[in-house]
Amino acid sequence: MFLDFVEGPLWYVAAAVFLVGVAWRLAAIARAGLKDDLSVPRTPGTTGAVATVFRRFLPHREFMRPAAFQMVAGYAFHIGLFVLVLFAAPHVEFIEQRILGFGWTPAPHWVFLLAANFAFAGLLLLWLRRMLDPVLRRISTPDDHIGTGLTFVVMFTGCMALFESHDFLRALHMLFVDLLLIYFPFSRLMHAFTFIFSRGFTGATMARKGVSA
Amino acid sequence: MSERFEQGVAALRRQMDARIVSYFSSCVHCGLCAEACLFYTETGDPKYTPIHKLEPMRKLWRQEYTFWGRLGVKLGLADPLTEQDLADWESLVYDSCTLCGRCSMVCPVGNDIAYMIRKEREGMVAAGYAPDGMKEATRRALEIGSPMGVTLKTLQATLKGVERNTGLTIPVDVQGAEYMTLFSSMEVVNFPEYIESIARIFAAAGVSWTISSEAFEATNSGIQIGDSKAAGELVGRVVSAAEKLGVQYVISPECGHAFTAIRWEGANLIGRPLPFKVIHILELLEQLKEAGRLKLEGQTDIRLTFHDPCQIVRRGGVVEQPRQLLREVAPGFVEMRDHGVMNWCCGGGGGVSANERADPLRLQAFQRKKKQLDELGVETMVTACANCRIILEEGIEHYGMDVQVTGLTELLAEHLAGSAKS
Repeated sequence: MFLDFVEGPLWYVAAAVFLVGVAWRLAAIARAGLKDDLSVPRTPGTTGAVATVFRRFLPHREFMRPAAFQMVAGYAFHIGLFVLVLFAAPHVEFIEQRILGFGWTPAPHWVFLLAANFAFAGLLLLWLRRMLDPVLRRISTPDDHIGTGLTFVVMFTGCMALFESHDFLRALHMLFVDLLLIYFPFSRLMHAFTFIFSRGFTGATMARKGVSA
Repeated sequence: MSERFEQGVAALRRQMDARIVSYFSSCVHCGLCAEACLFYTETGDPKYTPIHKLEPMRKLWRQEYTFWGRLGVKLGLADPLTEQDLADWESLVYDSCTLCGRCSMVCPVGNDIAYMIRKEREGMVAAGYAPDGMKEATRRALEIGSPMGVTLKTLQATLKGVERNTGLTIPVDVQGAEYMTLFSSMEVVNFPEYIESIARIFAAAGVSWTISSEAFEATNSGIQIGDSKAAGELVGRVVSAAEKLGVQYVISPECGHAFTAIRWEGANLIGRPLPFKVIHILELLEQLKEAGRLKLEGQTDIRLTFHDPCQIVRRGGVVEQPRQLLREVAPGFVEMRDHGVMNWCCGGGGGVSANERADPLRLQAFQRKKKQLDELGVETMVTACANCRIILEEGIEHYGMDVQVTGLTELLAEHLAGSAKS
């Protein structure tokens, strides 16, 4: 009953809120508008935009050391999460049956465990830093903690539901997934989409000036 | 709510373009920008974290562009932006940011934080929250034509000295010249050797140039304080003078923000493409050298380094030219550990040098440059911005260091073929 609800009506509501909400947030960026830059560019802004979207996946050579913690913990979390979301066997099955109508080969169990370890370690390290580092304490908002907390709970319940031994565990996981999807468009989790815009805008401006940003 | 505050909020609201909205939407509060900012690294105080300096603007964005923000303010659960916020943030926005843009280079989600601060200042100044020193500089720029109060008479006196020292006639208001040069007040008052240097170089290279008696000031207090109206007025004066003389190029001098003001913001400030090309003096010198028109001779054997002016290099794109020029005359040229587009600011850009209140903090932040210089152990530092030069000299004196600062154009003029000193 509970499982039917979280995988039925609540899932549809969550998915709809997520899709409409994300679209609304992206439209808000477009609606804000941007005046044409009338200065004469040195190199085209569009290629600079694309280049910076990719270039910022790594820090500047000179900035590797200060960024080392965030880079290692950040990549551990994001890659781990990416593998979990898209390649965990139950997820592939869910995506095939409920979303896309087709699936792909899921990751073997040991890959899942490795990814989960990375994702948990990365998330907890980043969260710990957020709570201990004076700079992060100064700039963090409740949203940062809610987003991190929800992600953690989703991952944790997901691991509990891994063996699908009990419908309740699967339903619990699904409940938090639904909540995360509903929360997503109203939160900083939006960076998963908007980073393309922010990197792109900066890359375009800097490329016009002749600087690789 | 005071009328002035409402004007500030309205101005801030006008700055919310797609870039700003995407930047606030993307920020995950990772705090990495702190490590890129010399005001944080040299004080260790978290309040100097660059993104934290945007709190007033973030509040407005949150209450007008986000669901929770709108709901929170309506239900009285979230604090709206208040006048007190602007008052509390004034010193963070003006004293502890030189708009150097180093933070913009390291943000993982790509936020151009310097651009955001530049925009936030539009709201601050409209609400009346800007440092007196910068307000005065802007007033003088608008009323007298120079933030330092330099008048045409002052320039004429300087030019007389230049003519005496060089034996050259300085062209003023020459119709149809190819290049029109601008100067920063600092050059006219403190570093006339810059004017002498370009006069010598241009004479030797056969450059057709002129100064306009109507617009010779390159600096633009408007873009520093964040007043686009004032900035547009100042750019407009240069544009009309250049149009009147029918020049093809306007040369931006050894001044950082002057280059940003006219090269990158100029057309946008006046709302139409500039009717001439803007070229930085270092770009022009490099072009003249490549074309064989700038002939240099002799080399200095001094070990020296180059301080990158942020607005010319990182924010201006003139990165390689100063290095190519320096190598011609200084085989002992060595780079600081972080240089080029990742250089560290002198601490006095973005109007900080015009803001006396910020002096103690600026000198504390200078420790970053001191560390860079100590590490390298050089005794000469070349730069290409009169403001950087003054700030560097002040810092060097304050810390009792033994380092000489000189301008790149000046150094090149010393090695001009036929007049080389060494």
